[in-house]
Amino acid sequence: MAALRARKTNNEADQPSSPVLRFGPDQPLKLDAGTLLSPFQIAYQTYGTLNDARSNAILVCHALTGDQHIANTNPVTGKPGWWEVLIGPGRIIDTNRFFVICSNVIGGCLGSTGPASTNPATGKPYGLDLPVITIRDMVRAQQMLIDHFGIEKLFCVLGGSMGGMQVLEWASSYPERVFSALPIATGARHSSQNIAFHEVGRQAVMADPDWHGGKYFEHGKRPEKGLAVARMAAHITYLSEAALHRKFGRNLQDRDHLTFGFDADFQIESYLRHQGMTFVDRFDANSYLYMTRSMDYFDIAADHGGRLADAFAGTKTRFCLVSFTSDWLFPTEESRSIVHALNAAGASVSFVEIETDRGHDAFLLDEPELFAAINGFIGSAARARGLAS
Amino acid sequence: MSVNGSQRVDLEVVANLIPPQSRVLDVGSGDGSLLELLQDTKQVDGRGLELSQRGVNECVARGLSVIQGDADKDLEFYPDKGFDFVVLSQTLQATRNPKLVLDELLRIGNRAIVSFPNFGHWRVRLSLFVKGRMPVTQDLPYSWYDTPNIHFCTIRDFVNLCEELGATVEKATALDAAGQKIGLSMPWWFWNFFGQQAVFLLKR
Repeated sequence: MAALRARKTNNEADQPSSPVLRFGPDQPLKLDAGTLLSPFQIAYQTYGTLNDARSNAILVCHALTGDQHIANTNPVTGKPGWWEVLIGPGRIIDTNRFFVICSNVIGGCLGSTGPASTNPATGKPYGLDLPVITIRDMVRAQQMLIDHFGIEKLFCVLGGSMGGMQVLEWASSYPERVFSALPIATGARHSSQNIAFHEVGRQAVMADPDWHGGKYFEHGKRPEKGLAVARMAAHITYLSEAALHRKFGRNLQDRDHLTFGFDADFQIESYLRHQGMTFVDRFDANSYLYMTRSMDYFDIAADHGGRLADAFAGTKTRFCLVSFTSDWLFPTEESRSIVHALNAAGASVSFVEIETDRGHDAFLLDEPELFAAINGFIGSAARARGLAS
Repeated sequence: MSVNGSQRVDLEVVANLIPPQSRVLDVGSGDGSLLELLQDTKQVDGRGLELSQRGVNECVARGLSVIQGDADKDLEFYPDKGFDFVVLSQTLQATRNPKLVLDELLRIGNRAIVSFPNFGHWRVRLSLFVKGRMPVTQDLPYSWYDTPNIHFCTIRDFVNLCEELGATVEKATALDAAGQKIGLSMPWWFWNFFGQQAVFLLKR
């Protein structure tokens, strides 16, 4: 079953089950690494209808291991879309009203060109021959997708975590194309601690003998153990100590006594192992390296002479930032420093910190206060944009 | 931050000082009443800074552009003359450094509007004079040990501070206990005695 799903992930890389836009040699993607990616493709999903004025489009940017399937059954996992609690008909982001677009990022593994995609020059998967992809590269590609739809200005760009980085990049690089921006649980740069966690994950993948220097597909293998460990470590950073304690405490897993061995005695161990195992079924190990690297390289102030406010100078975009009290991956201070920069740039900005013990992953969950903030922000932006309710 | 127990009678007075379509920053925007009033009646481009997270979240859920922040710490991040008006209503007395805050308001806004409870009001004086106790009135309901109002001033004190900061008083209004404006022709000492609240329009 796992092997079957693994093959399915691999197929999704070249022939995704969602719509795909292919760019030929005449439309290369300019990469920050200094090279051109060509040909390349973007896999995407849309929900709702673009209005005649093309003014009701919302772009959703997905996080590290997310994908374009925000509000439909995921073709790999068979699970509901990852943001169905927020987006859909009659939801806070109502697809009866808005045209919602989400694309798999460049470097991903669900249909946009990434390391698992076939390199046309060799007929084999790119592996590490794909140049390192940055957040800005992802956004540059999304911009080409938006051009394809003939959308001049997006009504809103939103996303959490790595998705939030893309939102900030959009607002900074294409301010005239972003009416409102909603970056959630994110930062303007990746902190040293976050780079450190990512490095642990990458080392776990690369230490797996089945990784084969990134050429595992050619060996008919996948570095599942390494990737699972990477996911286990990362998953801890998405939660909080309080939530872990509330959920698992020191509870034992299917047993009454400690076994004095190294089985998963504790529920938390069993839970993490499960998280690791299900992750490798749906995600490509090399893509994990590329995704984590893109976040590590992200530093929007550094792209603007070290002054974050300059990244948003003269912006007319309406911003709303959201952070969570128990998020230690992107603590509130990260959002606050963006808010200060936006203030200095004279931008219109709202900022909400939400009290929760659910950690970084809170942005994916049913958080009433988060939804109330998004609802209020989107509602007032829609009025300002002249979109009837 | 709601530091005043009474109805915010000063809001109307503040709103009347602001022409339509102005850029307004409301420092200490509370539950967003003033911003909403200004947006609805004056179509202003309004922003808020509010200390309490609950207040901020309520404001944002109502579609107002508000951030969580502290008037004592976060005003420095705003650019010079970024707003037509910066409003500080019923908050000055709760700041740690009122002089610095007022200085910042005058830097950020072309004009500053400041409203505050007058500690020179006769009821306050009476309470101190007769009872020898720190005044607890309907308008200022806190005891001395739990009050957020750590820097009370009288109207005369405030006028002195404005002079020290080189600010010109373009307009001043005192409201009596019923929220009625006290006649313009009255001298400062009269305002200082009968004014329960004061609203100042300042420029530098």
